[in-house]
Amino acid sequence: MAQATERRYIGAAIKRKEDPRFITGRGTYVDDLALTGMVYAAMVRSPYPHARIKSINVEKAKAMPGVVAVYTGKDIQINLLPLAWPLPGQKGSPRLPLARDKVVHAGEIVAVVVAEDRYLAEDAAEQVEVEYEELPSVADIRKAIEPGAPTVHDDAPGNVAFEWSLGDQAATDEAFQRADRVVRLELVNQRLVPNAIEPRAALAQYDPGRDEYTLWVTSQNPHVERLLISAFIMGIPEHKLRVIAPDVGGGFGSKIPTYGEECIVLWLSRQLGRPVKWTAKRSESFLSDAHGRDHYTEAELALDKDGRVLGLRVKTLANMGAYINLFNTAVPTFLYAPLLSGQYRIPAIYCHVTGVFTNTVPIDALRGAGRPEACYVIERLMDVAARELGMDPAEIRRRNFIPADAFPYQTPVASVYDSGNYEGALEKALAAADYQRLRQEQEELRKQGRYIGIGIACYIEACGVAPSKLVGQLGAQAGLWESALVRVHPTGRVTVFTGSHSHGQGHETTFAQIVAEELGVSLDDVEVVHGDTEAVPMGMGTYGSRSLAVGGSAIVVALNKVKDKARRIAAHLLEAAPEDIEFRDGRFSVRGVPDRSIEWPMVALQAYLAHNLPEGMEPGLEASGFYDPVNFTFPFGTHVSVVEVDPDTGQVKILRYVAVDDAGNIINPLVFDGQVHGGIAHGIGQALLEWGQFDEDGRPITASFMEYTMPRASHLPSFETQVQVTPCPHNPLGAKGIGEAGTIAASPCIVNAVVDALAPLGIRHLDMPLTPPRVWRAIQEARARQG
Amino acid sequence: MYPPSFRYYRASSVAEAISLLQREPEARLLAGGHSLIPAMKLRLASPPALIDIGRIPELRGIRRQDGGWAVGAMTTHREIEFSELPLLAEVAAHVADPPVRNRGTIGGSLAHADPGADYPAAVLALGATIVAAGPRGQRSIPADQFFQGLFATALEQGEVLTEIQVPALGQGWGWAYEKFPHPASGYAVVGVAAVVQAEGGVARQVRVGVTGAAASAFRPQRVEGALAGKALDEATVRAAVEGAFDPGQLLSDPFASADYRAALCQALCRRALLRAWQRAAG
Repeated sequence: MAQATERRYIGAAIKRKEDPRFITGRGTYVDDLALTGMVYAAMVRSPYPHARIKSINVEKAKAMPGVVAVYTGKDIQINLLPLAWPLPGQKGSPRLPLARDKVVHAGEIVAVVVAEDRYLAEDAAEQVEVEYEELPSVADIRKAIEPGAPTVHDDAPGNVAFEWSLGDQAATDEAFQRADRVVRLELVNQRLVPNAIEPRAALAQYDPGRDEYTLWVTSQNPHVERLLISAFIMGIPEHKLRVIAPDVGGGFGSKIPTYGEECIVLWLSRQLGRPVKWTAKRSESFLSDAHGRDHYTEAELALDKDGRVLGLRVKTLANMGAYINLFNTAVPTFLYAPLLSGQYRIPAIYCHVTGVFTNTVPIDALRGAGRPEACYVIERLMDVAARELGMDPAEIRRRNFIPADAFPYQTPVASVYDSGNYEGALEKALAAADYQRLRQEQEELRKQGRYIGIGIACYIEACGVAPSKLVGQLGAQAGLWESALVRVHPTGRVTVFTGSHSHGQGHETTFAQIVAEELGVSLDDVEVVHGDTEAVPMGMGTYGSRSLAVGGSAIVVALNKVKDKARRIAAHLLEAAPEDIEFRDGRFSVRGVPDRSIEWPMVALQAYLAHNLPEGMEPGLEASGFYDPVNFTFPFGTHVSVVEVDPDTGQVKILRYVAVDDAGNIINPLVFDGQVHGGIAHGIGQALLEWGQFDEDGRPITASFMEYTMPRASHLPSFETQVQVTPCPHNPLGAKGIGEAGTIAASPCIVNAVVDALAPLGIRHLDMPLTPPRVWRAIQEARARQG
Repeated sequence: MYPPSFRYYRASSVAEAISLLQREPEARLLAGGHSLIPAMKLRLASPPALIDIGRIPELRGIRRQDGGWAVGAMTTHREIEFSELPLLAEVAAHVADPPVRNRGTIGGSLAHADPGADYPAAVLALGATIVAAGPRGQRSIPADQFFQGLFATALEQGEVLTEIQVPALGQGWGWAYEKFPHPASGYAVVGVAAVVQAEGGVARQVRVGVTGAAASAFRPQRVEGALAGKALDEATVRAAVEGAFDPGQLLSDPFASADYRAALCQALCRRALLRAWQRAAG
C-alpha cells in the first residue's frame, strides 16, 4: 500500500463516477434492453398459499391474438433450483421453477404466457384457467410446529427443516447455575420484504448458429448465476452461457439467488427461437423475491451481581418459508449464531436453531442476513439486564466489553474477532450525543409527562464470509474468494475487471480510487468493468459487505503483480537493478538519481512494443489476482438514538440519531457515509415500519406499497455520523466493509430507545415493528396494569 | 402499468362529458387519475372506457362567488394548497405528496369518496355545497348529504361533479385539520377538520368532520353539541371528546383496529378543536 502521507485518492471524498449516469437516466437496466423479435413473458401465479393443482386449461389463453405460447410445469422440464449450504439431516427440498402438482405458497408460478407485447401477455395470463383444490395452510412459525399443523412438505414431518446448534451446552448450563441473575426475553424478528428499487428482470437470447445463450439478469453475482444454471439447473455448458448483470438497481440480498423466472425465459428463448423478456411488476416482487428475517427467539442471559455476563442461551425458530432456498439454511445458522457474543466477553454461549417450513414466500439473505438478528438478541438482552440490575445501559456494556488489547479474540461461538476498540466507539458516541445531559433532560421532561427515550446499540458485524477452506468444512458448496484482472493498455490507461458486482455500492469509483492510487494514474484513466461473465474472467459477486475487503483485496493482488512487472521493465530501461527503482506519482526513478526516470505510460507502451524487454519476459502488462481471506472482517460501532413517544397516538418520533462506525480503513468517506445512511434507514424501517404480514389463511396482506411501509425521508431524522478507524489486520487494504452496519445497529438502537421512553409505565419489551397502534396498545395495557 | 385495453375519450366541455357518459354508461370519468389509474394498474378496476374531464377549462380554478368561493372540480390539490381557501388550503397540504398534489383534483377525490381521503372531513366541517351537472341539468348537494358509504356518494349515474361551493369565513372564524396518515399509503387512518366561530368568548358554531375512521366521513354531533356556546379550553374539549366515538361504528383493518381509531378520533378531535379555537379567538 502507498503511504498515508502521499495518498491522493485513497481516503478522498470523491463524488461517485457512476452517479451522473444514474441521475440523468442514462443507466442501462435489464428492462431497458430491446432485441429484435423480442417477446414478453407473464407469469401465472397461485393465489393460494397451499393447494393441489387439479388441472390447468391454457386453450383460451393460447387462442388469444398475439399470444405466442403458453406452458405449464408439465411442459417445462427444468431441474430444482439449487441450495448452496446443506445442513446435516436437513429435510425438504428446493423448488422447481414452475410448480407441477402442488403449490406451497401464494405467488408460486404455475404457468407462463408469452405474447408479442406485455399488455397481451398480462391479458392472456388472466385467461389461464387453473383449478385448485385448496389445502389448509400455515404461515406462523410457532403454529407450524404445533402438532396437527398443516404439513408443507411430506418429507419434512412437523414442518421441521433442520435442527442445528452451536456452542457448549454443558458449560452454558453451568454458567446459568452460578448466576446471580437471569434475564429472559422472547423476541420476534419480523418478516421483511426487500423491495430493491428495480424489480427483478430477465432477458434471454439463444443463438442457434453457435448454440449459445445470453442471459441479462438482475443479479448480484452473475458468475455464480452462470455456474448454478449450467451445472445444476439447466445443463447448459458453462462456456455456452453468458450472463450479464448490467446496471442493477439495488439487491439487499434478494438478487443473490437464481430464481425460476430467469431459467424459464432461458428455456423459452430456445424453445421459441426468439428473445424473451420478463420484468416483475411490483406486486410480483412482493410475492416472489426472497424475503428476510422472521425469527422467534427465546433468549436468556446469565449475569453475576455486578452485571458481568456469565452465559447466554438462545433458542430460535427460523422461518424458511415454503422451500429450501439458495442460502436460507446458512443465514439463520452460520451467519447468525457466531455473532451472538456481540462486543462482549461471554464465557459460555449455546444456541439452538430450528428451521421451520411455512406456506410463505421463501426467506433468504436480506441486508445483514443473520447478523442483525444476532445483534438484536444480545443488544435487547443487555438493555433489559441493565434495567433489571438498576444499571445504566452504557455502564453494563462497558463492564462487559472485550478489551482493546484482547484481539484477536476467540468467542465461544466459533468467530475469531480480528480487531476492535469497542469502548472507544461507545465513548465517542456518548460524547457526540452528550449522553449525560440527555439523561438529565429526559428526567426533567418525564416530570412534565413526556415520554422521551434514549437507546444505545453496540453492534458487531462479520463481513466477507471466509476462508474458503473453513466454509467448505462447514458444508458450503462454494469458495468465497474474489478475483480481479488489471489490464494496463499501451497508453498507460487501465481497465479493471472485478468479480464483485455493483448494484448501488459505488465500485466504479472506490475500486478506481485504489487503482489510481497504486499506479499513480488519474481517476479518469481507470475504468472498472463488472457484471459480464464474458468480460470478467471469474467472480463470486457482492453480498455480505464483501466487495471492498475481498474484491478490493483481489484488485490489490493483481496490482502488485502489474507493478512488479512494470518495475522490472523500468529497471531494464533505466539500466538499474529493480530493487533500486522508486515508484511515486506515476514515475519510476533510480534511487538517488532522480533525473534518471521514466513515466508510467512509457513503461506501459514499452511492455507492448516489446522492443526492449528484459531477457525472457513476456510482452504485455496485465495480471489477474485471486484473494481468499484468512478470516471474516469484524466491523463494529455504537449508535445512540433519542425518541419521543406520543401517548395519545403511539407515534414514535426520532429526535436524534448518532452513529459511530468503525469499519477499518476508508477508501471514500462519501461512499462510506452513504452506506451508513442507507443502512440506518433500513434498520429504522425494521424497527418502526416494515412488516410482511399474512392473514389467518396464510395470504399475504402487506403485498403492496399501500400497506407495506418502506422508510421514507419524512420518517427519518438527520443522521449525525462519525467514524473511528481500527484497521483490519489481515487484508491488504485494512478495510472491513460498511454495507450492512447501519441496518444491524439501528433496529435495536431504536427499540431500546422506545422501551426506555416507556419504562415509567413498566414496559419491559415490545416487538418490532413498533407501529403506532402497537405502541398505543402497549401503553393502554400498561396503564390498565398500573391502575 | 398493464391494464386491459379500454376506450379513451377526452371531453372538452361539461356538456360533452355528459353526452359521452350517455353513450358509454359503463365508462369512468378520469380526473387527475391518482385513484383510478392505480386501481386499473392492479386490475382492481377494468372500465371499458375512460372519459377524461381533466382538461375542461370551465372545471378549473377558484373564484369568488356570492360572498364565498367556488372551486372548480378539476382544480388540483396543489392549486388549493397555495390558495386563500379557508381550511381547504391546509387540508390540501396533507394530501399525499407534491407529485400527486400536482395532478390530483378535489372533484376527483370527492367523487371517488375513498374512506381515507382528506377533503371529505373539510367539506363537512365547512358546510360546503357540491354541484353536479347531468342530463337533467344542474343540482346542488349539501356536503352533509353527499357521502353515503364506502366509495359511495349522492352523485347519480350520468352526473359530473362540477364545483364545490365554500363559504367565506371571516373575522371570528377559526379552523384546523389534524391528520394521522397511514405510514405507507399516506391516506388518513383518521383525519379531523374543525371549524369554529368565536363570539363573545364562546363558540357560536362548532362544526367537525371526521374522515378515515368510518366507511364514510361523518360529523360527530355529540362533540359539536357539547361545545356550542362554550369557551373551548383544554378541559372542556377533553371532556367533550371523551368517549364520543364508538368503536362499534368505526373501521378496523390489519393496521389499525376500531378501538385505536376511536382513540385517534378523540386525540385528533381535541387537537383540531383547540387549534381552531385559538385561531378563531386569537
